[in-house]
Amino acid sequence: MFENLTDKLQRAFKNLRGQGTLTAENMDEALKEIRLALLEADVNFKVVRDLVDHIREKATGTQVLTALSPAEMVIKVVRDELVETLGKDTAKFKFASQPPTVVLMAGLQGSGKTTTSGKLAGWFKKGGHRPMLVSVDVYRPAAREQLKVVAKAVGAHLYEGENVESNTESVVRLAKEARREAVINGCDVLIVDTAGRLHIDEQLMEEMQSLRSLLNPQEVLFVADAMTGQDAVNSAKEFHDKLTLTGVVLTKMDGDARGGAALSIRAVTGQPIKFLGIGEKYDAIEPFHPDRVVGRILGMGDILSLIEKAEEKLDKKKSEEFAKKALSGDGFSLEDFREQLRQVKKLGSLQSIMGMLPKIGPFAQMQQASSKVDEKQLTRVEAIINSMTAYEREHHEAINGSRRKRIARGSGTSVPEVNNLLRQYAQMRKMFKSMSKPGFARRLGGMKMPGM
Amino acid sequence: MMFKLFGGKKEEPAEQKQSLFERMKQAVTRTRENLAERIEDVISFRKEIDASTLDELEATLIAADLGTTTTNEVLAAMREKVDRKLIGDGDELKRVLKQELLAILQRAEEARPRIEVEPPEVILVVGVNGAGKTTTIGKLAHALRAQGKTVLLAAADTFRAAAIEQLEIWGQRTGAEVIKTKPGGDPSAVLYDALQAAKSRKADYVIVDTAGRLHNKTHLMAELEKMHRTAERILPGAPHETLLVMDGTTGQNGLQQAKVFTEAAGVTGIVLTKLDGTAKGGVVVAISREMNLPVRYVGVGEKQGDLIPFNASDFVDSLFQ
Repeated sequence: MFENLTDKLQRAFKNLRGQGTLTAENMDEALKEIRLALLEADVNFKVVRDLVDHIREKATGTQVLTALSPAEMVIKVVRDELVETLGKDTAKFKFASQPPTVVLMAGLQGSGKTTTSGKLAGWFKKGGHRPMLVSVDVYRPAAREQLKVVAKAVGAHLYEGENVESNTESVVRLAKEARREAVINGCDVLIVDTAGRLHIDEQLMEEMQSLRSLLNPQEVLFVADAMTGQDAVNSAKEFHDKLTLTGVVLTKMDGDARGGAALSIRAVTGQPIKFLGIGEKYDAIEPFHPDRVVGRILGMGDILSLIEKAEEKLDKKKSEEFAKKALSGDGFSLEDFREQLRQVKKLGSLQSIMGMLPKIGPFAQMQQASSKVDEKQLTRVEAIINSMTAYEREHHEAINGSRRKRIARGSGTSVPEVNNLLRQYAQMRKMFKSMSKPGFARRLGGMKMPGM
Repeated sequence: MMFKLFGGKKEEPAEQKQSLFERMKQAVTRTRENLAERIEDVISFRKEIDASTLDELEATLIAADLGTTTTNEVLAAMREKVDRKLIGDGDELKRVLKQELLAILQRAEEARPRIEVEPPEVILVVGVNGAGKTTTIGKLAHALRAQGKTVLLAAADTFRAAAIEQLEIWGQRTGAEVIKTKPGGDPSAVLYDALQAAKSRKADYVIVDTAGRLHNKTHLMAELEKMHRTAERILPGAPHETLLVMDGTTGQNGLQQAKVFTEAAGVTGIVLTKLDGTAKGGVVVAISREMNLPVRYVGVGEKQGDLIPFNASDFVDSLFQ
């Protein structure tokens, strides 16, 4: 996420590094680089102009007072400026005093409204709510069918409706019925998925307005694609003018788009970005933390998000048991190994995990390596272990040639792959065991660990 | 072959050609208004060209999503001409800028000429999530069916919820048969079935819908490579065309999309969608310039007929008229 912007800004500051004082000249150079980086990141050019002006003002005003190096100081100023633009506080969700809380989804075609609706329903469910989904997209073929599948996948209630024609009357009727249905079913949140529409389509924007006044939603969320270019300001502004948005969801953040649209949309609507869509799975959504995302933009990583995710997903007790076992004399079995694999998989794709780490130093190479890792490899390894008998999982040394052949057949892999796994497992076991031996800490102490 | 159906001079009555052009114009009206207005602003007030004139032009091109690199290159050429007094006034500037942009788009078109193919012609449609692949396929099928061609649609997006149903509705609307499997099935298997069916039924076209994928997901791109190989194995030369569908609102990430999808799936042309909004789609100029990858069609609305062939000179003309 935002990787490329990070790269560019770091390069901009590299040129500043090593110079004792901040002159108007080298500031100009850095600002030019910042401007280019922000433009290449698809931040709207008017927004860039304002940002760069502010950054220049603040940077030159504080120069002699700080103990930081010029580069560090400019980074700080840029960081603060971007955080300020994105909004300082983590956005909170508004709930109705009288349920159901209504969430109206709005956006251009293909921005990801239906998928996001499903993800939000899942998110509400996890928070102990009873969400209901309804699609009032009576226009796009199979749009309502899509939400039905999504609702089933996340286990949320769905209002389907009947006798639906492709017109505004159907849209309004469906919305009304859905709200009534939500009350009857005791659902406290109603998420209304709408048809994608162009902000200049007067008729469909009017339809959106009538939906808004009918439902009086607590949240009107603008769903926007992180890959959007300069036009983000036009669509966001128009949607906001017509519908008074309450927040933004930025989707497809698991791509490599620089995501400057986040800054543009925030600048023209003044509304907070509340969620990020970070993958195709229905739980791939996370609350937006401006400071963290800016931290990511500037190459400081998003370790906080990673820790939060790990805490939420990992079974702490199981992990501790594994660590204890791995370090003990007997070592860990293939059964334990499989359990660990499953835990790691719960965190999401390796790429999304790596995306949260800083882009500097040793981490930079790790990220590059992770982009080459075949995610399916984990599944294959698990399949191989699944094809072993319980006895084999506890006694890896018993797995002879014919057993290997059987395991390969059973898991749809090949004998070399099984061999490879067993070899790696044996190495890991050895490594863990040696870690528990005295002297290991001393050996480790000899290696300089960054940041420790 | 299919390009003739859209753009053939002999087959199409002059009236329709005119209307296509009109619609192209409409589609880019906002781009044009914006661009032309600003260029007018820039040049009509000050006949003399100075640095700020070029600065404002820079902002205009950047606002159209051409990106800083392309913008700077195009403007550098202009600046040089201004410096050497080859451009004297605003009108001249406009003409030369237009020429520059047109040359970039035309080079890409010439690099990949349209080829005649023995039926069945296989068109693989790829792109990121939400670009408009399925809708584009529906429109393509509509145009081909209107010409009396038989079209098979391969529902190889087995991933997204209700993607198969969506394509089936387009199949019903256009009278094209849909070859499918159950959700979660192997996309290459669907492709295989569709190509076999096309061969035995002597279909004219097979259009293959694929799941939207972000180009930085290595395993999903590998899946596309596999589909490409599968097509080639069953029908040598297939896919004859691989269309990258790109959302017209896409910013500079479009360049990366074009590069990575071309590596994996051998993209031969771009379909630029949703141009009926206010977005300019200028990233295709950058793509043409860097990759010689032409735009084949533009999507200008939600109706079946709202897919029109891209014409570089019409496009640039419309921008400046």
